[in-house]
Amino acid sequence: MRRIGASLAASALLSACNRHQSALATFGAEATNIRTITIALVVGAAVIAAIMIGVYWRAVRAPEGQLTHKQGMRLVLWLGGIGPAIVLTVILIFALPAMRPRVTGAGDLTIHVEGEQFWWRVGYERPGGGVLVSANEVRVPVGRTVAFELTGRDVIHSFWIPGLAGKMDMIPGRTNSLVVRADKAGRYRGVCTEFCGLSHALMAFDVVAMEPAAFDAWLAGQARPAAGAGQGEGERLFAANGCGGCHAIRGTEHNSRIGPDLSRYGERLTLGAGILPPTVERTAQFIRAPQEAKPGVRMPAYPQLSNQEARAIAVYLKGLK
Amino acid sequence: MSLHAQDDPELRAAQEARLREVWKPPSGLFLRWTDTNNDRVGVWYTLTAFGFMLFAGVLAMIMRTQLAVPDNDLVSANTFNQLFTLHGSMMMFLFAVPMFEAVSIILLPQLLGARDLPFPRLSAFGYWSFLLGGVFVAGSIFFNEAPDGGWFMYPPLTTRTDLSGLGADIWMLGLSFIEVSSVAAAVELIVGVLKCRPPGMRLNLMPLYAWYILVVAVMILFAFPPLIAGDLLFEMERLLNWPFFDASRGGDPLLWQHLFWIFGHPEVYIIFLPSIALFAMLVPTFAKRHLLGYPWIVLAAVGTAFLSFGLWVHHMFTTGLPKISLAFFSAASEAVVIPTGVQIFVFIATLWAGRVTWSTPLLYATGSLAIFVIGGLTGVMVAVAPFDWQAHDTYFVVAHLHYVLIGGTLMPLFAGLYYYWPLITGKKLSDRLGRIAFWMLFAGANITFFPMHFSGLEGMPRRVFTYPAELGIGGLNLVSTLGAYLFAAGVAVVCLDLALSPRRKTGARNPWGAGTLEWLEDPADDAHWGVRCVPLISSRYPIWDQKDFVKKVDEGRFFLPDAEEGRRETIITSVLDARPVSVIRLGTPSFKPMLTAIALGGVFILTTFHLYWAALACAFATLFMVLLWLWTGTAEIPEKECKPIGHGIKLPLYVSGAKAPGWWAMFITMMADATAFSGLVFGYFFFWTRHPDFPPADMAAAPGAFWPMVALAVALVSWTLTVAARQLNAAGSVGAARMALAAGAAFSAYGVYAGLAGPWLSGMDPEAHVYPAIVWTLAIWTAAHSGVAIIMQGYTLARSIAGRMTPKYDADVRNITVYMHFFALTAIVTYATIGLFPGVS
Repeated sequence: MRRIGASLAASALLSACNRHQSALATFGAEATNIRTITIALVVGAAVIAAIMIGVYWRAVRAPEGQLTHKQGMRLVLWLGGIGPAIVLTVILIFALPAMRPRVTGAGDLTIHVEGEQFWWRVGYERPGGGVLVSANEVRVPVGRTVAFELTGRDVIHSFWIPGLAGKMDMIPGRTNSLVVRADKAGRYRGVCTEFCGLSHALMAFDVVAMEPAAFDAWLAGQARPAAGAGQGEGERLFAANGCGGCHAIRGTEHNSRIGPDLSRYGERLTLGAGILPPTVERTAQFIRAPQEAKPGVRMPAYPQLSNQEARAIAVYLKGLK
Repeated sequence: MSLHAQDDPELRAAQEARLREVWKPPSGLFLRWTDTNNDRVGVWYTLTAFGFMLFAGVLAMIMRTQLAVPDNDLVSANTFNQLFTLHGSMMMFLFAVPMFEAVSIILLPQLLGARDLPFPRLSAFGYWSFLLGGVFVAGSIFFNEAPDGGWFMYPPLTTRTDLSGLGADIWMLGLSFIEVSSVAAAVELIVGVLKCRPPGMRLNLMPLYAWYILVVAVMILFAFPPLIAGDLLFEMERLLNWPFFDASRGGDPLLWQHLFWIFGHPEVYIIFLPSIALFAMLVPTFAKRHLLGYPWIVLAAVGTAFLSFGLWVHHMFTTGLPKISLAFFSAASEAVVIPTGVQIFVFIATLWAGRVTWSTPLLYATGSLAIFVIGGLTGVMVAVAPFDWQAHDTYFVVAHLHYVLIGGTLMPLFAGLYYYWPLITGKKLSDRLGRIAFWMLFAGANITFFPMHFSGLEGMPRRVFTYPAELGIGGLNLVSTLGAYLFAAGVAVVCLDLALSPRRKTGARNPWGAGTLEWLEDPADDAHWGVRCVPLISSRYPIWDQKDFVKKVDEGRFFLPDAEEGRRETIITSVLDARPVSVIRLGTPSFKPMLTAIALGGVFILTTFHLYWAALACAFATLFMVLLWLWTGTAEIPEKECKPIGHGIKLPLYVSGAKAPGWWAMFITMMADATAFSGLVFGYFFFWTRHPDFPPADMAAAPGAFWPMVALAVALVSWTLTVAARQLNAAGSVGAARMALAAGAAFSAYGVYAGLAGPWLSGMDPEAHVYPAIVWTLAIWTAAHSGVAIIMQGYTLARSIAGRMTPKYDADVRNITVYMHFFALTAIVTYATIGLFPGVS
């Protein structure tokens, strides 16, 4: 009965809110588990708050001497000391199982994510060996255990997909592990939650939970170069302007790992680490003046490129799928 | 039956005239700022902290305006980052902690029936340091150079000079300066509570406010030094490129987080407990009865303080710590609820048992408790590690911490403001405006912060200058912003009420009918002597319980009713049972505290701008000022041995060793110093646990065992000579004592060389790796202490030669001996760590 009431209250709160970056609208086992804990804690807190208000109300309205010294001490002992001790012990026991991480096996997927001002370097360990590099987008198979291996390259970042699991910091010099299992396919969003500099607010990423078979096919397909890679006017401009000095495109001579990998830019759901729609127009603008969209970004601006040239590169990149 | 001397009204009038003359505040455009009396300095301190609070509040309003709607561009990312960094840093370091110290400087002497705190000039020095450092830090925003790394300043974002600018230095050096003044105030308050109580006020009769001050000041003593140690490492990385937090050279960014939160969590209780202390004063007044469960609340306060040092890791639940430590720190974090619960229910039980009179202060106290309880309940939630993984660094935590700090610090201060304003000005504030302001503040706080619980769980991280519309949290944020405006308007009404106060007429003495000592203050009288005479105490609520108490005090029928020698004086009592021990002469108005603060401020501020030679000059100026201050103002040999304080009691005018406040101040300061040092030692062993081989196997350069052992031997000889000097001097062998001091200074000087010789002669490069860097740091720390030992031994020698220290009047040598004990301990730990540990590990 109480559970139903609690879920009703929770869904009423949720109705107006987003479904893709929320700790209350979950799609992973870890986050769902924590949501259950959350609801229990909120209900408990509301009950305790009500008791406190009642006792206080009673206390200030009571006539003098209604409570003797002995009774007063008993009140302090039970409501201030023993009562909280019991409640807290129950909470701790209730929450302990959630502190144990999911067990990983040999065949589980491992995804390396490195936080960098202000984007994400993503590497999937492929079944046959080797790492498939991508950026600013994380894809996970539904129903399988996935281990994220997280680190920071320049400063501390934090990796948070609210609908999937709690957050984990990405600290230079350390590798933290976050083990999760997605339960529901769909498109979601993650963000950086450790203040990491000027554009901390603009450091997000897309999360796509896929059916296992679709995921396997996708991962296998990603290793092949995109259809248009290395061809056309856009490629010429890309090479001539030194874009390859930082970015890699599989199947071409560009293989630098300084900036985000662009091998399948045409498939990306967003531009600039989860902040802009990846249209040709926006991409061209970003190439010419990345600082405008993202203060403090490491990519240099290319104001010397004409609109047409920037658009040509954008069209080329959009074709990489 | 003989008449009491104080029956003579003429005598009383003459005494009063003398006291008035002695305690007359300096006047004049410049001279007035030389004042050291607690009633003036405390008020300046309070007003300054209040001003910084308003300033930081304005910053918050700009932030709330920026966040009112999604994708807003009112301020740039750069400005926003400065705003939130400065808002948090100022509220913590320039408002909450100093405010508690400021209020305590005003109230404590009154509460203890003392004329002033034991070191009035130290209070003044603390104030000027605070003002200077505060203006420096706060003013930086007008030059677009404010710190922008968050109030927690996590490296490597803040230590890499390519990623952060002058702001990081301003934060580190400006706030370190203020931390020094906070520790100075803590020393003052601890000694005040322990040594300046009135006769008869045993520890268990102490007003609860004094208990809390004692607890909180001790917490400051152990919480701030690790941060100061962290600041030191931090600045060495920024200015000298020593890689303490640089993972590529063996450092670890997490060391900073540990040092910061070992400070940062107790900090929460440092600013919360004084508010509970205010409740503990006003609840009995409005319940018209003694506080119920005095020993319980004292134990609960001590317990909270103790536990608060074991919780810091709950700020680091998402850093990937071992699961077992998560469980442990979850449990510890929740355990702190129990003493807090006891304290809250003590108040509720007192109100229940008593007869409640409603008043504006009690209204504020009630509202504070309501807000605080909500913050406490969400605190229990975030203490549960799995929940924290979701809530951490989101707006949920912003909501939680503001509930705690508004309910636990700001609103109680307003309760205290309405309660104590008549004590300080003689005039009550308006009940009507007070109530209007209260409801605006109460509603405003809830409207602002309650929705943030949801925006946080809906995925809004903290410290974002904007958020996308698609997140669907625009409505919640707009409500928060409107609530913030309401809250700000409430603060404006309080300010209006304060501004109208001078036009109102002076009210009655003790207007709330309270029972504690501070209400002896008579607003109709403009005397600055603190108390007419130092009372004999036999109750926790003497005004209620002791017969004719106020009249007896007013007629000077207790102790020290006069100032025959024209000196500012107060009574020193024993620590546990408050038996009178001596009368001390207090510092009088002087420019020295202000000039010392300016010189010390120069050291910190000029270093920020890399003006090292000028900073060094300021360091010498500081040293000169401190020595001048000590030479002219401390351990003065009195004109006579004893003086009568009434009732046939004669007390000595000079005591030394553990009876004297100066000795206690040295002891307490050195506790803080040792705590900072243990922060550095913690660093060494932290790195040792981080690396499978530490010292690194490929690092040829190491200090070896030889020089560290030589340095240790030299330090111990210097220590032995100082102890010998104390004994010889006491035995009357002044010449031998002087020789021992001179030899000690020579050994200390050699100790500086020997201490640095290990890393120096082996060519350790502190920029190469964290191992040489931390070894150098420990060696420099200890060598610097050896350098200070030279100055102390030389100073004592000079005092002896100048006749200012004799076998009978030997405070100087006794005080430096305390320093030398701690120095010997530091030397043993340092040299064993750098010289022997690599061999055994």
